[in-house]
Amino acid sequence: MAVEIAPATPSLRRPTPTWWRRLSLLRESPIGIVGVFLVLFWVVIAILAPLIAPFDPNESDYTALLDPTPSALHWLGTDNQGRDILSRIIWGSRTVLIVAPIAVFSAYVAGSIMGLLAGYYRGWVDNLLTRVSDIILSFPVIILYMIIIAVFGPSALNIVLAVTFVASPQIARIVRGLTLELREQDFVAAAKMRGESPIYIMLVEILPNARGPLIVDACLRMGYTTITIGVLGFLGLGLPPPDPDWGGMIKESYGMVSVYPHMPLIPCAAISSLVLGFNLLADGMREISLRD
Amino acid sequence: MLRFFATRLGWLLVTVFVVTFLVFCVNEFSPGQVARKILGPYATPEQLALLTQQMGLNRPVFLRYFGWLEQTLRGDLGYSTLYRTKVNNVIWTRLANTGLLATIAFSVIVPLSVLLGISAGMREGSRLDRTISVASIVTTSVPEFASGAFWVAIFATWLGLLPGTSPLESSANWSIPQQLVMPVMVMVLYDLGYVVRMVRASMVEVMMRPYIRTAVLKGMPYRDVIMKHALRNAMIAPFTVILLQINYLITGVVVVEALFAYPGFGRMFLDAALFQDIAVIEAGAMVAVVIAVLTQIIGDFGYMLLNPRIRFQ
Repeated sequence: MAVEIAPATPSLRRPTPTWWRRLSLLRESPIGIVGVFLVLFWVVIAILAPLIAPFDPNESDYTALLDPTPSALHWLGTDNQGRDILSRIIWGSRTVLIVAPIAVFSAYVAGSIMGLLAGYYRGWVDNLLTRVSDIILSFPVIILYMIIIAVFGPSALNIVLAVTFVASPQIARIVRGLTLELREQDFVAAAKMRGESPIYIMLVEILPNARGPLIVDACLRMGYTTITIGVLGFLGLGLPPPDPDWGGMIKESYGMVSVYPHMPLIPCAAISSLVLGFNLLADGMREISLRD
Repeated sequence: MLRFFATRLGWLLVTVFVVTFLVFCVNEFSPGQVARKILGPYATPEQLALLTQQMGLNRPVFLRYFGWLEQTLRGDLGYSTLYRTKVNNVIWTRLANTGLLATIAFSVIVPLSVLLGISAGMREGSRLDRTISVASIVTTSVPEFASGAFWVAIFATWLGLLPGTSPLESSANWSIPQQLVMPVMVMVLYDLGYVVRMVRASMVEVMMRPYIRTAVLKGMPYRDVIMKHALRNAMIAPFTVILLQINYLITGVVVVEALFAYPGFGRMFLDAALFQDIAVIEAGAMVAVVIAVLTQIIGDFGYMLLNPRIRFQ
């Protein structure tokens, strides 16, 4: 049996690629390309929502209630209140693609600050932050979400806060690890010699150099946050009606799955494809970052 | 080693303490009133005030927390306003139901993910590896409620082979094992990909080690290289990840339970959260934290037994 043994490849460090070059490197990863297209597809739809949605997403067509299945007028059918599913999907993509990035971004701001402080200063700051995040991390995520949303009420802002609270310790852990490594580098020592302030060193010297793994993680986290928003909507803890939200659409129509399977299955497919896009994109980027 | 367990158990207590206290405080913001929920919409303000007084809800939060703590240590988890019975009468049967689901799912996930992960990581970049890797990304990308809806539409509505709900009561049409098939399937599909990727990554790393090269070069049959050298070493790193799935399977299955109307721990917690049933939320949070931290301790302990290079600290 032929056995391939990986040769010990010398690690040649290419100059750090610019943003555009990094993105164009994705061409080498077919998986990454599929991911880019899936995500771009939904981004374009979300941007063009007012132009391409055939109907008002909250308007009921009562004549369609008799037969809500897909027709020439309503391409993907209507839901149990006679609202056009295609329009709700299109407008719902806006909801997800606004809330998820804001939530991930705010989790990153909080997590990066905690991770940088813990990794740069070590000592009691590190101990305190690590202990606090250990406690948050030991708690089952979904139950934490349920408590936060159930107590503070369902709204987009509370979803952002809940995601920030749950995800920032995880991010802090990653940032801390990268900071511990980077703070020993020569360029950090040089910056210290120049007399730069610790804030400058953390934000200008350390954080940009930690971006590689962080971008991949952010991309995975976008997919995960999309699932979270969907789960909260499905459990009745998502955005308040009537604004279109994919998870909420599934919740409202899941009881009808045996009669009109298109009602819950279409938003299910929409969420799955967006999450798949983010995950494939993250995988493609990881593959490329391992290469250089 | 004794010190290891002592510090870990100490941390378990601290975590439980902090989390239950935080949940207690957070519930202070809860817009609902406990007395109103028990007595219903037609109770007079006097009745509400009397019950609030009787239940001691007008005391400061610290006093109430220590009251709750003392009560809990005596084994009394309080009274559920949602189920209108003692929390003890609800929570343990629910936990057992979820345990049943989790045990079946776990015993499917572990062998399957090890098999797939090892086969994929055995030859990095092979067609089998790429197929398994992409498939595992796809299955983890489909949220549980989505795959649940798909399977219900196919197996329950279209083919009529399985029931769409799993209330765990043996009805005329469906036996209990039949009711368990779809919830387990949804849980396994969602969780499997993640574990497979962990096992695969570890296997890929092990296959690059010099001792594997030595074993191959000395003419050892490939099967033996995998079974005797690679497999054992590749299982060390994913061990913790696999054990942590127990935690997810017991406390994270809210969606599956809501989807199939399964009378489990997660759905109890969801109903309690929606109803703002503080006693159940508190008890549920406490149980969830204990399970989470215990699996972590067991995971760390097992990891150290498997990997003698790490010392007990």
